[in-house]
Amino acid sequence: MSAEPKDPMLPRPFRIEKVRRELSDTFTVEMVPEAGGEFAFAPGQFNMLYVFGVGEVPISISGDPADRSRLIHTTRAVGAVTNAMDRLKVGDVLGVRGPYGTPWPVEAAFGRDLVFVAGGVGLAPLRPAITMAIANRDRFSRVVVLYGARTPDDILFKKELERWRSRFDMDVSVTVDRATQRWGGNVGVVTNLVAKRGFEPARTTAFVCGPEGMMRYSAIALEKAGVARGAIYLSMERNMKCGCGLCGHCQWGPHFACKDGPVFRYDRIADLLTVREL
Amino acid sequence: MAQPHDLGTIIDAHPFFKGIDAELRALLVGCAANERFEPGDRLSREGRPADKFYLVRAGHVAVEAALPGRQPIILETVGENEVLGWSWVVEPFLATFDARAVTPVRAVSFDGTCLRAKMANDPALGYEVLKRFVPVITHRLATARLQLLDLYGPATAPELEEKVKKVKKAKRKAG
Repeated sequence: MSAEPKDPMLPRPFRIEKVRRELSDTFTVEMVPEAGGEFAFAPGQFNMLYVFGVGEVPISISGDPADRSRLIHTTRAVGAVTNAMDRLKVGDVLGVRGPYGTPWPVEAAFGRDLVFVAGGVGLAPLRPAITMAIANRDRFSRVVVLYGARTPDDILFKKELERWRSRFDMDVSVTVDRATQRWGGNVGVVTNLVAKRGFEPARTTAFVCGPEGMMRYSAIALEKAGVARGAIYLSMERNMKCGCGLCGHCQWGPHFACKDGPVFRYDRIADLLTVREL
Repeated sequence: MAQPHDLGTIIDAHPFFKGIDAELRALLVGCAANERFEPGDRLSREGRPADKFYLVRAGHVAVEAALPGRQPIILETVGENEVLGWSWVVEPFLATFDARAVTPVRAVSFDGTCLRAKMANDPALGYEVLKRFVPVITHRLATARLQLLDLYGPATAPELEEKVKKVKKAKRKAG
């Protein structure tokens, strides 16, 4: 059963069941609908989360799409709303509108190599797609996760990355931009990992998520490695307000990031990425 | 110890010299040696003569900078199928940073003095080697610039100020 309201602007109350500190400024909340029922979403979609009395923000869903019993969001506390959200506790209630937006086309990549390129907290919106890829592992050729973070202390979902890396049917590489001698792993930008490959470019679909600059250079690196533009997908962030294509707040060139995105095919947006002030 | 013909095979198999002409490769072999390093071993030290470069065959090397009063910072790691060191080809042939083996490392080293002399005598070899090093140098420059951008870091103070200004302006316009 899905408890979706008819009015897309009306938030549904969700009660927080778990709060997990991921990094010094990043946290995960697990919620269930107050009215009961399930919450269905596709990997890559987002919700508008409403901290009552403070405001509303778009946050990608980071949970397992196969588990409809709970809604999981991971975010970084960077503004008034996410900082207020960071102060919420188990039992508090958040307003939820969604799910909105275009998903990662996981099923369209069946039979191909699937490469995830994530940067920083951008691993969170990719997590549902990675989970879905693992659940359908036999339907893909290679599954590769390339993850870049600022420092070793900024690596998100560390335990999960370790678990994925321990699988024999998945390649996981992590790099950090800066480190001291205590770190024994890769140092360098995530595009270096793309250059090292470990996938067959001609039959690769790539999902990229992270800060916009990181996505831009990762897409360039993927293309340079031989991956077709039409097989690269990026999750774009813009200042969303309604979340469902009504207000035009998130207009980005000819697109509305909330409705036509957040997941865009690279060949449709490559030119927009280099337009200043857009 | 690897024989010259073995070194030739290893050089051929390494992506850095992929497809090199057999005659030129034979000249390279004369300056090459097979080497092994244990974790913690130094492959180069900042300010010392950069008399070698390495084709890394296995393992990881950290390129580091040590600053007074701070822990040494790892700037990048170089691993399997990559090339380490280009100061040997740029005057005054001194290492710019330290290079330390993080794991056991197997590599083919090339004597810079030997190779520079051969490159000076044989422009075809000189062109071939430089043609392969220039992309490495530009790649390292590009990635160093990306690291400088601090893409995952918080917005800088000027960026935040700019954002606040924009919001205030929009609010004023909206009345």
